[in-house]
Amino acid sequence: MPTMNIIEAVRNALQTQMRADARVVILGEDVGKFGGVFRATSGLYDEFGSDRVIDTPLAESGIIGTAIGMALYGLRPVPEIQFSDFIYPAFDQIVNELAKFRYRSGGQYPCPVVIRTPVGGGIRGGHYHSQSPEALFIHTPGLKVVAPSNPYDAKGLLLSCMRQNDPVLFMEPKRIYRASKGDVPEGEYTIEIGKASIVREGTQVTLLAWSGMVSIAEDAAKQAEQAGISVEVIDLRTLMPFDIDTLIASTQKTGRVVIVHEAPRTCGFGAELIAAIQERAMEYLEAPIMRVTGFDTPFPYSLEHEYLPNADRVLGAIRQTLEW
Amino acid sequence: MVAVPASEKDDLRRVLDDEGKPLPGARVPNIADATLTKIFDVMMLTRIMDDRMMRLQRQGRLGFYMKSIGEEASHFAVAPLRDADWIFPSYREQGAWFWRGYTIQQFIDQLFGNQDDPVKGRQMPVHHSAKWLHMVSISSPVGTQIPQAVGAAYAAKVMGKDDVSMVYFGEGTSSTGEFHVGMNFAGVWKAPCVFICRNNGWAISVPSSTQTAAKSFAAKAVGYGMPGIRVDGNDLLAVWQVASEAIARARAGDGPTLIEALTYRVQGHSSSDDPSVYRDPKEPEIWEKKDPLNRLRNYLKHRGMWTEAWETELWEKYNQEITDALAASDKKHAPAIETMFDDVYEEPAWNLREQRAYLLAQNRSKNPHHHG
Repeated sequence: MPTMNIIEAVRNALQTQMRADARVVILGEDVGKFGGVFRATSGLYDEFGSDRVIDTPLAESGIIGTAIGMALYGLRPVPEIQFSDFIYPAFDQIVNELAKFRYRSGGQYPCPVVIRTPVGGGIRGGHYHSQSPEALFIHTPGLKVVAPSNPYDAKGLLLSCMRQNDPVLFMEPKRIYRASKGDVPEGEYTIEIGKASIVREGTQVTLLAWSGMVSIAEDAAKQAEQAGISVEVIDLRTLMPFDIDTLIASTQKTGRVVIVHEAPRTCGFGAELIAAIQERAMEYLEAPIMRVTGFDTPFPYSLEHEYLPNADRVLGAIRQTLEW
Repeated sequence: MVAVPASEKDDLRRVLDDEGKPLPGARVPNIADATLTKIFDVMMLTRIMDDRMMRLQRQGRLGFYMKSIGEEASHFAVAPLRDADWIFPSYREQGAWFWRGYTIQQFIDQLFGNQDDPVKGRQMPVHHSAKWLHMVSISSPVGTQIPQAVGAAYAAKVMGKDDVSMVYFGEGTSSTGEFHVGMNFAGVWKAPCVFICRNNGWAISVPSSTQTAAKSFAAKAVGYGMPGIRVDGNDLLAVWQVASEAIARARAGDGPTLIEALTYRVQGHSSSDDPSVYRDPKEPEIWEKKDPLNRLRNYLKHRGMWTEAWETELWEKYNQEITDALAASDKKHAPAIETMFDDVYEEPAWNLREQRAYLLAQNRSKNPHHHG
C-alpha cells in the first residue's frame, strides 16, 4: 500500500472519481495548468483537459455560483476555494443558494457540489490564510461539513462526498497537508459521512478534536499516558451531521470531556458539542466539559504560535477536569 | 432623472410603434400565427392573474404578491427557446412560467403554500420552481441566479448539448457583484447564455439613474466582451427578434448576449410597496400609452388575427379557471407538519429526525398567518 500525504490523498481521490464519473469537474483559481497553489489538483488538467479542470476568473462567488448551475444541469462540480479565508464573497451563494436549493424547490433541485478548501493556521499566513470558519457553515441547514485529519480519511471521505447528492464543505488541514503521512489504498474505498473515529482508546478523559487539532490531541494524550492518565481521543471527521452516538458512548465511559478547536472560542463548534453532550449524558459527567480553543481575536500573524492550542494547554485542561 | 421614454432612444431596437403598427422600414420577424396567438393568450392570462391575485392580497386573503403589469412583453424573450433550454427567472416573469406550461392551479397552489404547492410550502408567494419545465427555483436575494445560469450554460457546452440558458434580472440587479461576476465568467467561457435585463425604471423606490452612470445597461456588455442590445421591452415583436438572435448566437457557439429590455414598472414593486411616496403619479401615464398588451392586440388586429369575441372568451375562460383554482386551493390543507424536515438533505440525519419527533409530539398551535 502506498504512503501518501494529505495533498496526495486528495488528488488521488479526485483522480479516482474523475475517472469513474465523467460528470465530475473541478473549478477554481489556479487549479488547472498550475495544479493549485497547494498542488492538490496537480496533473489533473493534463489528464482530463481544460473542460473538466477549469481555471476560473478570480471571483469566489462566481466559482460557487457557476458550480451551482453546473450541478443543477447535471454535472458534479468540485470547486476549490484557495483558502477558506477567501470564502466569504461566496457566502451568499453557499448559504442562501447551494445549501437551500433542494429544500426551497420542494426537492426538485438537488445540488451536489463538494467545495474543497484548506483551513487552519500554523503556516505563518496571518489573518487571511489561517482561519477555521467551520461554525458558520455547520450553522447552515442544508450543508454537510467534513473535516478530515489524515490522508486515509481524506481520500475515503472525499470519495464519499463526491458520491452522494448533498452539498458539502470539505475542509482540509493545510498545516499538515504534507506533514501528515500514512498508508492509503490506491483503489476505491469510502468512509461513511457522519461517523467519528476513535483514534486512541482510553478510560478517564475523552478528547474531542478534528482537522489540524487531532494530532495536538494525540500528543497531549501521549503525554498524559506518561503521567498515568488514560485519554480517549476522538476525531469527529464529520462536523455536520456529527456522530452523536460515539460522543455519548465515550462520555458515558470516561465521564470527562475536553474539546479542542482552532476557531475562536465564543460560539465555536465546541459550544454546540457541550450542549449536545450535557443534554444526553449529564448523569455521567464528573466535571464540566472543558474547551481548549483559539481566542476571540482575529487570527494573529506574529503571535500565531501563542494563539494556536497546543499539547501543553490540552494537558492542562485534562488535569483540570480530573481535579475538578 | 427617471426612465426615459423608449421613443427618445435612437439605439433602441423596435419593430412596432406605440400603437402596435410596424414602424416604417422595420424588419418584422416571421412569427407563426399560432405562436402569436398563444403569446397573446398567455399575456392575457398573466394580466388577469396579476389583477386577481393583487385583489386577493388587498382583501387579506393572500399574504404577498408582485404584479408585472406593463412589463409582460419582456417575459416572452423565452418564447423562441426550445423546451430543453433552461430559464433562470427573477420574480416578475409570470408570463414565462405560463408560456412553459406552468398551470394556473400550480401557480395558485404555490402562492398559498398548500399541500400541492410544487415547492411544498417552503417559500413565500411568487417563488416558483418547476424542474420539469427547466425553470429554476426563484431566490429573493437579487442576482444570485446570474452566475448559476452561466454555470448551467457551461455544463451544457461541456456535456456536448446545444441547450441555452436564459437568465432574467432587473436593472437594479446590474449593480450587484453577481451581475459582474456572471457576465464576466460568461464572456470568458463563451457560455451559451442570454442575459435579459428587465429595465423597468425602478428598483423599489430607487430610479434606474441611481444604479449606473453608464450610457445604458446594455452598454455594460462591452466590458465583458459580448454584444449588448437595447430593445423596446414593451414591443413583443422586437423582444422576440432580439431574443431569437441572441439564442441562435448562443446555440451556434458564438457566446452570450446581454439584452436590456426597456420597460416600466407601472405599479408598485410588490403588494407591500406604495409608489406614490417616491415618484410622480403622472409618470406611469406616459407608459400606459405604450402598454405591451395593447400594442400586441393592435398588431394582431392589423394582421386580422384579433376579434373582440376572442378576447372576451379568453377573459371569461381565465377568470373562471382562476376562480376554480382558488376554490380548489381553499379545500387544500397546509403541507403535513413532518414535511418541514424533508429535503434539507436527501436523507435526514439524527438531529433532524430527533427534531421532527419532538415537534410532532407537541400540542398543535394555531397558525397566525392562516388565510382562507
